[in-house]
Amino acid sequence: MSEVLSVPTMAEMLAEGKQPEVLFWVGCAGSFDDRAKKITKAFVKILNRAGVSFAVLGAEESCTGDPAKRAGNEFLFQMQAMMNIEVLNAYEAKKIVTACPHCFNTLKNEYPELGGNYEVVHHTQFLKSLLDEGRLTIEGGQFKGKRITFHDPCYLGRANKIYEAPRDLIEKLDVELVEMKRSKANGLCCGAGGAQMFKDAEPGNKEVNVERTEDALETAPDIIAAGCPFCNTMLTDGVKNKEKEAQVKVMDIAELIANAKDL
Amino acid sequence: MSYIDNILFAILLGLGFGYFALNVKKLIRNIKLGQDVNRSDNPKERWANMAMIALGQSKMVKRPVAGILHIIVYVGFVIINIELLEIIIDGLFGTHRVFAFMGGFYDVLIGSFEILAFLVLVAVLAFLTRRNIIKLKRFIHNDLKGWPKSDANYILYFEIVLMLLFLFLNGSDLALQMKDAPHYTKAGAFPISQFIAPLFESMSVGTLIIFERAFWWLHIAGILVFMNYLYYSKHLHILLAFPNTYFADLNPKGKFDNLESVTKEVKLMMDPNADPFAAPAPDADAAPTKFGASDVQDLNWVQLLNAYTCTECGRCTSACPANITGKKLSPRKIMMDTRDRMEEVGKNMDANKGVFVPDNKTLLNDYITPEELWACTSCNACVEECPVNISPLSIIMDMRRYLVMEQSAAPMSLNAMMTNVENNGAPWQYSQQDRLNWKNEN
Repeated sequence: MSEVLSVPTMAEMLAEGKQPEVLFWVGCAGSFDDRAKKITKAFVKILNRAGVSFAVLGAEESCTGDPAKRAGNEFLFQMQAMMNIEVLNAYEAKKIVTACPHCFNTLKNEYPELGGNYEVVHHTQFLKSLLDEGRLTIEGGQFKGKRITFHDPCYLGRANKIYEAPRDLIEKLDVELVEMKRSKANGLCCGAGGAQMFKDAEPGNKEVNVERTEDALETAPDIIAAGCPFCNTMLTDGVKNKEKEAQVKVMDIAELIANAKDL
Repeated sequence: MSYIDNILFAILLGLGFGYFALNVKKLIRNIKLGQDVNRSDNPKERWANMAMIALGQSKMVKRPVAGILHIIVYVGFVIINIELLEIIIDGLFGTHRVFAFMGGFYDVLIGSFEILAFLVLVAVLAFLTRRNIIKLKRFIHNDLKGWPKSDANYILYFEIVLMLLFLFLNGSDLALQMKDAPHYTKAGAFPISQFIAPLFESMSVGTLIIFERAFWWLHIAGILVFMNYLYYSKHLHILLAFPNTYFADLNPKGKFDNLESVTKEVKLMMDPNADPFAAPAPDADAAPTKFGASDVQDLNWVQLLNAYTCTECGRCTSACPANITGKKLSPRKIMMDTRDRMEEVGKNMDANKGVFVPDNKTLLNDYITPEELWACTSCNACVEECPVNISPLSIIMDMRRYLVMEQSAAPMSLNAMMTNVENNGAPWQYSQQDRLNWKNEN
C-alpha cells in the first residue's frame, strides 16, 4: 500500500508535449471527501498498474455544476460549465473518465450543448474496457465466494442506462452477486441526488438512505458495492444506522478490484 | 315508415360529437398556454415509442397483474369500438346489423366482441376490487381523496354498464332472431349473450323489441356520454397517451435542459469584449425572461399535455423515494395539481372572453409547496415508472429554478453549498488549490 501514486496533471503533460489517453475527472467528492479520496486512490492504483496514460486537471478542475443545476441554479451551473469547458478545450481533452456518476452525467449530457464535446465514461465502463482489451486482469483474491450486492446509482443507471458494466466487474471477482428487490431500472435512490446531499431532508417518517440500506441488508451481503461517492456515503451511514458496520462493508467497485489485486 | 328514430339518432350523435369537439378545442387551447418546446426531431424514434409504449403497452406490463388486466380492458375497448361503426350506420339508416353480409367473418367479429366484453367485465371487477377491497396503497393515497377517488370508480362503473348493455343488446337481438321477428335478420355469433337470450324467451316480440331498442339506445347514448366524460376525468389518457408518448423527451433521463436564456447571459458575462453599458439589443421589447416556472403558463406545452394525460395510477408516487419515506412530495400530485391549475386558468379565460385575468394564485404555493419541491432527489424513478412517459421531474426542476433564480428561496444549506461552488469550485469549503492534495495523503 506504500506504493507511490503516479498522478500527472494535464499541465505537466502539456509541458512535456504529451496528450494522455484519458483525462481522469476526479470530482469534488473524490478530491475532498475522506471516504471518496480512498476510491480515487484505488482507481489511480489500477490505472497505474494497467499502465494507462492518464492525467488530472488538479487545481484547474472545478465543480461540474451538477449540484447547482439540480438545486435549480442554472446560472451557477452554466458558469461552472463554461469555465470547465474552456479549460478542457484548451487541453484538447477527448476522453474523460470519472468515478462520480453525477460528474459523468453532467459532462456527458449537459456539456455538449454548451460547447464541451468529449467521450465521457464512468470508471466502471473504463475498467470494463481495460478488462476486455486484456490490459487488466481481475481475480477474486480476498473476495472469493463473498456475497456482494450492487446499488445502482440513479445517475449511472436510470439516467444513463448503464447497468451491466459494474455487474460484469463484480462477477469477475468470483463472488456471489445478489440483487436487491429494487434494482437496475427499479433501483431505489440512496437519497443524496438532486442536491439532497447538501441539505437536511424534509419532514417524513424515515431517511431514504435507511430505506435503501434495508433493501441491501435483506440480501444478507458481506459487501454492498457502490459506484458513486455520494451513494457510498449514504449507504455507509445507513449501515451504521442499522449497527451492521462490523459485518457489512460498503465499497466502491474500484476499491474491490484494487483490493482483490492487493494494490 | 317513420324517420323519427333516425333523426333523433342523428341529433344525439351530433350533440355527442359536437360537445366533445368543443371540449377538445378547449383542451388544445389550454395545452397551448404552455411555452414552446421543439419536439419535432427524430420522428422515427417518436413513432416507435408511441407504437411500443402507447399502442403496445410495453411499460404497463412492468407490473404484470395490473398490466395484463389493463391490456384486456384496452384491447376490449379498442376492438369493441369497431362495432360502433355498425351501430352508427344502423342508427342513421334504420338498418339491422348492416355488416351481416360479411357472413362467417361477421360471426367471428361479433363472437370475439362478446368474449372481449366478458373479459373486460372480469378485469373491471378486478380493478374495483383492487381499489376498494384490497385497497392497494397507491389507490388509497392522500392524493386521491375526494373527487379523484370517485372519478376512478365512476369510470369503472361506466365500463360495467356499457359492457352489460352491449351483451344485453346482443342477447335481446338474438332472442328476436330466434323468434324470426321481421327486420331482425339472423346474423352474428353470440358465445356470451346466448346465456342471456333465454331471459327474454317468454316475452312477446313487441315487448322484446322495446327491450332491444332500450338496450340499443342506452348503449350508444352511454358511449357518447362516456366520451364526453373524458374531458372532466382522469380517463383522457385513452386518447392522450398516444401524443404524449410521441412528444416525450428522447434524451437520456439524466440530461436536464440547459436554459437558453441563461446561456445568453452567462456568455455575455464571460465575454471580455462585451460592453456592460451597451444599449439593450433591439429585440429587448420582448417581455423580460422569467427563469423557471411559478405557474402553468411558464411550463412548456409538453408538460401541460403530460398533466392532461396523467391517469393518476400512482406508479410514480409508489416508486418515489421521498414519498416512500413519508415526505409530502408525490409526483402524481405534481401532475394533478398542474392539471387542476390549468383548468382553473382555462375557466378564468372562458369567463373573461378568452383573456386570463390575474387571480392572485399560482401553481407554486397555492397548489404545490416548496416543501414538496425540495424533497425531490431527481432520481428519475417517477419518469421511469410512468407507463406513458410523463415527467413530473421536469416540472419539479422548473419550479425549483423559479424558487432559486427568481426568489432566492433555496433552503439555507443549499445556499451555502452554492456559495461554495461559486467561490471555491466545490460544494464544500475547500480551496480549489487543494484539489490534488489527496495524492500525497495517506
